[in-house]
Amino acid sequence: MSFFGGSSTPTASTPDMVAKKEALMNQIKSETALMNAQELINKTNEKCFAKCVLKPSSSLTSSEQNCLTNCLGRYMEAFTIVSRAYTTRLAKEIRHEPSSL
Amino acid sequence: MADKFDEASQKELSKFLENEQAQARVQSTIHQLTSTCWDKCITGTPASSFSKSERGCLENCVDRFLDTSLFLINKIQEQRDASFSG
Repeated sequence: MSFFGGSSTPTASTPDMVAKKEALMNQIKSETALMNAQELINKTNEKCFAKCVLKPSSSLTSSEQNCLTNCLGRYMEAFTIVSRAYTTRLAKEIRHEPSSL
Repeated sequence: MADKFDEASQKELSKFLENEQAQARVQSTIHQLTSTCWDKCITGTPASSFSKSERGCLENCVDRFLDTSLFLINKIQEQRDASFSG
């Protein structure tokens, strides 16, 4: 690269820059995934607390813990069901009427 | 500092970002829909599996929510058009 003698800094895709680019993309991807997971955890916490801990006492009772365990599984399942329904609908809307959603 | 991306890489990165942002918007909508549909469909204490009606409700909830949105947009448009011509 340097034997071209050019002083123009933005060099063509050197291996170094390719690696930098890929690192950046991976970082963005993992941060998005982390945010996604955090959102799901926060929502689950909010929903399951509302459903299962009706009257907070000095500690979580075993029936509250039981409810929380079920609730966690059901909320994740609901997320999967909704996710599938939404992407199916999205695909359908795009096929039939590109401008409507 | 020579750590500036060349034009092709910049283009690729902005395309990538656009894509990631679109995906994030879809994800965020799914979180919102899950929350809305959970409140609507899961009325009892969560059990070890969904009942038939809970599952059916969740499956329909997304489509009906979006239908509602389209329906209301149409109504509002109709009302706007009527008030323009009237």
